[in-house]
Amino acid sequence: MPLMTETSLDPAVPGTGEVAIELRDIVKRFPGVVANDGVDLTVRTGTVHAIVGENGAGKSTLMKTLYGAHQPDEGTVTVDGEVVDFHSPKDAIAAGIGMVFQHFMLADNFTVWENIVLGQEPGSGLRLDSRSARNRLLELGKRYGFQIDPDALVSELGVGEKQRAEILKVLYRGAKILILDEPTAVLVPQEVDELFASLRDLTSQGATVIFISHKLDEVLKHADAITVIRQGKTVGEVPDPSAVTPRDLAEMMVGSELPTPETRDSTVTDDASLVLDGLTVEHPETGLPVVDDVSLRVHRGEIVGVAGVEGNGQSELVAAIVGLVEAAGSISVDGTDLTELDTQERRALGVGYIPEDRQKDGLVLPFSIWENAALGHQHQAPYAKGPWIDAGGARAQTEKIVDEFDVRTPGVEVPIFTLSGGNQQKLVVGREMTADPKVLLAAHPTRGVDVGAQAVIWDILRDARQEGLATLLVSADLEELIGLSDRLVVMLRGRIVAELDPSTVTPADLGSYMTGAKGGH
Amino acid sequence: MLEKVWRASLAPLIAAGAAIIISSIALIASGNDPIEAFREMWKTIDSTESVVLIINRGVPLYISGVAAAIGFKMNLFNIGSNGQFILAALIAGWAGAEVSLPPVIHVPFVIIVAILVGGAWALVAAILNVTRNVNVVISTIMLNYIGIGLTAFLLQEFFRDTENGGLVAQTKLMPESARIPSLNRLIEFFGFNFAPGVELYGFLVVAIMLGVGYHLLLNRSRFGYDLRLSGMNPQAARTAGVNPKKMVMITLFMSGAIAGMIGLPYLISDPNFYKYGDAFPSQLGFTGLGIALLGRNHPGGVAAAAAVWATIERATQRLGPIGVPPEIGRILQGSFLLTAVVAYEVIQRRNAAAEAAAAAAATAAARAEQEPPDADRDDDSPAPQPSGAPA
Repeated sequence: MPLMTETSLDPAVPGTGEVAIELRDIVKRFPGVVANDGVDLTVRTGTVHAIVGENGAGKSTLMKTLYGAHQPDEGTVTVDGEVVDFHSPKDAIAAGIGMVFQHFMLADNFTVWENIVLGQEPGSGLRLDSRSARNRLLELGKRYGFQIDPDALVSELGVGEKQRAEILKVLYRGAKILILDEPTAVLVPQEVDELFASLRDLTSQGATVIFISHKLDEVLKHADAITVIRQGKTVGEVPDPSAVTPRDLAEMMVGSELPTPETRDSTVTDDASLVLDGLTVEHPETGLPVVDDVSLRVHRGEIVGVAGVEGNGQSELVAAIVGLVEAAGSISVDGTDLTELDTQERRALGVGYIPEDRQKDGLVLPFSIWENAALGHQHQAPYAKGPWIDAGGARAQTEKIVDEFDVRTPGVEVPIFTLSGGNQQKLVVGREMTADPKVLLAAHPTRGVDVGAQAVIWDILRDARQEGLATLLVSADLEELIGLSDRLVVMLRGRIVAELDPSTVTPADLGSYMTGAKGGH
Repeated sequence: MLEKVWRASLAPLIAAGAAIIISSIALIASGNDPIEAFREMWKTIDSTESVVLIINRGVPLYISGVAAAIGFKMNLFNIGSNGQFILAALIAGWAGAEVSLPPVIHVPFVIIVAILVGGAWALVAAILNVTRNVNVVISTIMLNYIGIGLTAFLLQEFFRDTENGGLVAQTKLMPESARIPSLNRLIEFFGFNFAPGVELYGFLVVAIMLGVGYHLLLNRSRFGYDLRLSGMNPQAARTAGVNPKKMVMITLFMSGAIAGMIGLPYLISDPNFYKYGDAFPSQLGFTGLGIALLGRNHPGGVAAAAAVWATIERATQRLGPIGVPPEIGRILQGSFLLTAVVAYEVIQRRNAAAEAAAAAAATAAARAEQEPPDADRDDDSPAPQPSGAPA
């Protein structure tokens, strides 16, 4: 190895056992949620360390703590043996910690080197020393195997090259501990191998790499150690990945026990209400299928649960059924073909929709409660009369919803932002139910609501099933999925890879299918 | 109701105070006596004639304000009402003078031509936005210049009145049947008298109808609901089945159509004009943006803002003779607008916080009545199981 000209990296032997980062009992609370509830993490210098866990397990919160984007409520962060207290990302960078985000933060109209020096421009006064910047960049690239043309325009780079630029940006700032948030999510397989080869180069020169992933195969293949997080807690530490199988890891991620569904009479009928045939949605930019040839039937009186790690096409599947994204293939409800209809026509036909983000998609916060109750049904009675909004009818209908679905509010005239999340969600659920839907698309119907509201919403969904509603339920909450569904399908990379019976499914199976540890059909 | 009016006027009152203070400072700095200046301003507007002139000026300002407001309501900035109204005034002026129709048809004919021309010109920006994703602000600004140039060209080449000497570039006079009679008799009916030569625009009636229509459209119609929805949360609007492209097309057309009417008070209601020509007002479209902002896009608020604007314009007209620069009017208008926008924002935040607190308190009170605190399910009971089983 050539002599190092810079001292930022310490050429230690990989994985000598020195601890680079130690997090102890990290607790981070947000209003209504405990995102991290006693997380421990130990990362050794010179290793590639993977953090795995489902969405919502608290990985990103943990990384933000480590990067100084927010401060933990409890617990300690130790870097290189010293307890640190980061107040901002600046402090973290000063301590040698750099973060590579999933969404690139590069200015398209700038060249690579301009992007990399942005905010740390070499030179004095008004003079920008572009030569020294370029040289330093080339040198860094050569040393770590991140070859990139410093003068290329970022807008002309491929995804893999952009990522390399992001990593170089962090290295340029002197980071010796790199955090990468789902670095492979945007890469094709060959680029993944290149990335990990480069990261390996980095660690062999003393750097430390932490990456977040839910792709178990690549985690097992590339990581020196693995930490598993579930529901805000560290549930497993794997010092030697060669000793575990993807199944073991999947089971750790999902949990060793699954809720058992209550024994109840099946209300599933033979009439298929929602029928999807070969549904395919392409990513608007890359053209790759995000929903890939999905065929599915939901019968009257049936709840079909869609399980899967988030980002595997569930959101797009639902959006395609409502008509919010372009899709190939066919969608029909009770025999009526929806393919040519727009969102308004689909909803008028009886497609009820509980969007996954109520504040962005499901509500207009400054609007009053009754105006929100009309949302999505504003062109139909009782909310409308001819070309006019029927305020009287809408108010009466809203009062009915408020009563029936236990929305706690001083009245229907107050703006909806004054209500708690649970009461907002009860209104969303209530308005879809009172519109008498034939099919209900429920995306994360109890996300971020208190347990009281959760119980009410679960009851509503169960009652509707009893009355013959066909429900497609997308959720990251396994308790909800298994507790409510008559049938589970698992989505992975846009495809349905398994169909499972919630009463007999095992955590290992579910986890394996969700993470791809177990092959599809 | 009274409380609502008070709440709505609090910010403008603060702004008025601030504007008077700021312009007083400007007056003192330029060596003038603010008290004398404001006294002169008051004297200028303190007559029936002045009130009529203020209302007359307020009519096109109001129309311009509504044209901007309807776009603002869905975050669509039609900065092109200037080009829209000038082109519309020219073509409506020409078309109105070319045809001969009975009065009940002639007046609506001129209005409809203006509406269609204004709307069509705005539609150019809408089509560019919907098909090619061109920013509406940019395209409407650019279309102003094209519209004004096109107007000058059309007037010179095709629509110029050559019969009456043809020395001035202007269209033919509107025939009697195309004019809306003045409302002077109405004022006289209420016992006011004023000097001859001052006429209250008959077009005031159309402006009032426009205001009522705007209110109904915005607050009572399904379209208005979709419009406000799209402005406040475009993503939720899409989810609710509102087609954003269609909304851009319709709203920009409407905004342009209303803008097309800005010149009509002069064209068919003002004896000094009754035609389109070089002397025609040319900046009314831009003024409407500020008026809509000041009036918070509210049908009544925009009317009040137009009245304030017209009053300041009128009041500062006779400051020259007493040695006060009339530009003080611009300072008054500008500082009023700026402080009003800031005051609105501050008061709105305070109101929102108060509303949230009140709602929380009312909800808590209602709950306490409904159930005893120990049965409070939200806080005390264990997590419900969707099934019946384990953790």
